[in-house]
Amino acid sequence: MILTLAFRNLFHDRIRLAVTLVGILFSIVLVAVQLGLYLGSSRMITNMIEKTNSDLWITTFGAKSFEEGGILLTSGQRHQALATPGVKAVIPMVSAFAEWRKPGGGSTRVAVVGIDAEDGGLEPWNLIEGTWDDIRAPDAIAVDRSYLGDLGIQGVGDTAQIALGRVRVRALTEGIRSFTQSPYVFTPLQRARNLLNMDGEKGDKSTFFLVQLEPGANLETVRTALQARLEGTDVLTKAEFRDRSLAQWLFKTGAGIALIGGALLGILVGTVIVAQTLYSSTKDHINEFATLRALGSSGSYIHKVILAQAGLSAVIGYSLGMIIALLILYLSRNSPLPLVMTPGLAFSLFALTLFMCAISAVSAIMKVTKIDPATVFSR
Amino acid sequence: MTNETPVLEARDIVKELGKGAGKVMALKGVSLKLVPGELTLLMGPSGSGKTTLLSILGCILSPTSGEVRLAGHSTTGLGPEQLAELRRQHIGFIFQSYNLFPTLNAVENVRIALDVLGQKGYPAAARAEEVLREVGLGHRLQNFPSNLSGGEQQRVAVARAIAASPSIVLADEPTAALDSENGHAVMALLARIAKEQNRSVLAVTHDPRTLGYADRVVRIEDGKIVGEERRPEGVNSPEITDLTKKRRKANA
Ligand SMILES: Nc1ncnc2c1ncn2[C@@H]1O[C@H](COP(=O)(O)OP(=O)(O)O)[C@@H](O)[C@H]1O
Ligand SMILES: [Mg+2]
Repeated sequence: MILTLAFRNLFHDRIRLAVTLVGILFSIVLVAVQLGLYLGSSRMITNMIEKTNSDLWITTFGAKSFEEGGILLTSGQRHQALATPGVKAVIPMVSAFAEWRKPGGGSTRVAVVGIDAEDGGLEPWNLIEGTWDDIRAPDAIAVDRSYLGDLGIQGVGDTAQIALGRVRVRALTEGIRSFTQSPYVFTPLQRARNLLNMDGEKGDKSTFFLVQLEPGANLETVRTALQARLEGTDVLTKAEFRDRSLAQWLFKTGAGIALIGGALLGILVGTVIVAQTLYSSTKDHINEFATLRALGSSGSYIHKVILAQAGLSAVIGYSLGMIIALLILYLSRNSPLPLVMTPGLAFSLFALTLFMCAISAVSAIMKVTKIDPATVFSR
Repeated sequence: MTNETPVLEARDIVKELGKGAGKVMALKGVSLKLVPGELTLLMGPSGSGKTTLLSILGCILSPTSGEVRLAGHSTTGLGPEQLAELRRQHIGFIFQSYNLFPTLNAVENVRIALDVLGQKGYPAAARAEEVLREVGLGHRLQNFPSNLSGGEQQRVAVARAIAASPSIVLADEPTAALDSENGHAVMALLARIAKEQNRSVLAVTHDPRTLGYADRVVRIEDGKIVGEERRPEGVNSPEITDLTKKRRKANA
């Protein structure tokens, strides 16, 4: 009967129900979009790091992110790393921003990623045209199809210029997007060094070393040993480097704060609206609650009716909100920053909705707690 | 009947209402006993303290001084939750304006009183329908209050009050909002509940039409009990009296 009464009270005033649901829906959609963007950004930022096949990363000391590592590690350091017990392979990699000159004029910034696929540090993925072999041609690069427009080119076969070197698109990937909005340009290691190295002094330098361990080697032991040998570097686990990149792009730039702030705002607005409608509904039905109390219901029975009202609103509001959020998600799939929804996020949103509605019930519950059952006779 | 042990007893009840300048002594030392099987009417002018007394007897208000004993136990010093527990175990209430739940139909209105007691599911639904049939509403089970006449609504309220078989039924002006015919019907119902189900029924009223149904009439004025009349043994309530008359006529 608690559910029946809650349901009837809820549907008794359709307009108020609509306001409640819009409040929850607004909240859910806003929070879903903000957190979806947050997740989408995080994935984009860490995608490249996740795809590498490495146990440890060696970066220059204080390297901020994948795109901002500097080209400073020397081949001497690489050999020192290779000589460390437990190390199987040390794969050099170059990553840096560079200027891309469009064939039709104008320029844009790109993130050049130089690595040799045959080293096994970063296997090619999501190739839709051409092969990794094609990129070994002297001027070859691979770019993501979604950036063709930004790069001012049509597709495979087109040429452009990076810094002072000519490049030709030989392969296309799909879905490898960059959080910095500077398209990734994939090319072999030496080619990248040449493109980025205008005066020749960085001819054998690297941005990162991807370290693979011997089977059975202890990660911490090797890490400590590497750190001791290589001055001026950071030796990080994959997770540490991922977190560092996230911290750089999401928090130092304020983007993540804005997304999380937006989500909190959504929660706040939703809570206020639901609290307001629940309170006014309780006030409207206060005589019924007083009658219940006079009939001998316990205080908790009445609280359950109000919580059930809140819970029902939550379930309905969440369902509608999710439908809209998924729609937005679908529409964003080809945008520069697609939203991401995971079962975990969906579940968290549901828990959040329930929590929000429970908090909203507090003022209504305080109202009924003060009911004087004696009022039942004075009507 | 008069020497039966009371199920509900009030002793020297004093009740002050309001605060400061608006303070009123609504009851000034009232004692009253209710025994099973009797319909007692509490009569008195408006403002004499009838509703206040009913609220105290029903464990809704606590007296300023004096003691209420329910089923042999004192209620003095009990908290709101304990009083609520006593109400749902022992007392059924009927109100002047019915106080039905507008969003629930007749059966559901009765079921909620059982639900509060923890009686749920099919047995509760069956019991709710049973009492509604008892009060003559077998054909109105699914109607919402807005689709019931005043008399029907009050009968739903009576069904709700007796559904959990309380030993005491308290009614505040149950006929005040009803026309004569429905008023009589509800009073006859209350008399039947007292007799056939051996409950103590107390009805507050200032409606003289109800007099004929009473086993006992208690008069209250200005917060004090000023008189009590009891129907002499052997004298029956009106409908029975009518029947007896008819029978006598037929025999004559
Ligand atoms: N909440 C209250 N505060 C102050 N005075 C009250 C309150 N309720 C009732 N009274 C006063 O107490 C007296 C008895 O009221 P009540 O029991 O309602 O009388 P009745 O039901 O016989 O008409 C009246 O004088 C009324 O004005
Ligand atoms: Mg009154």
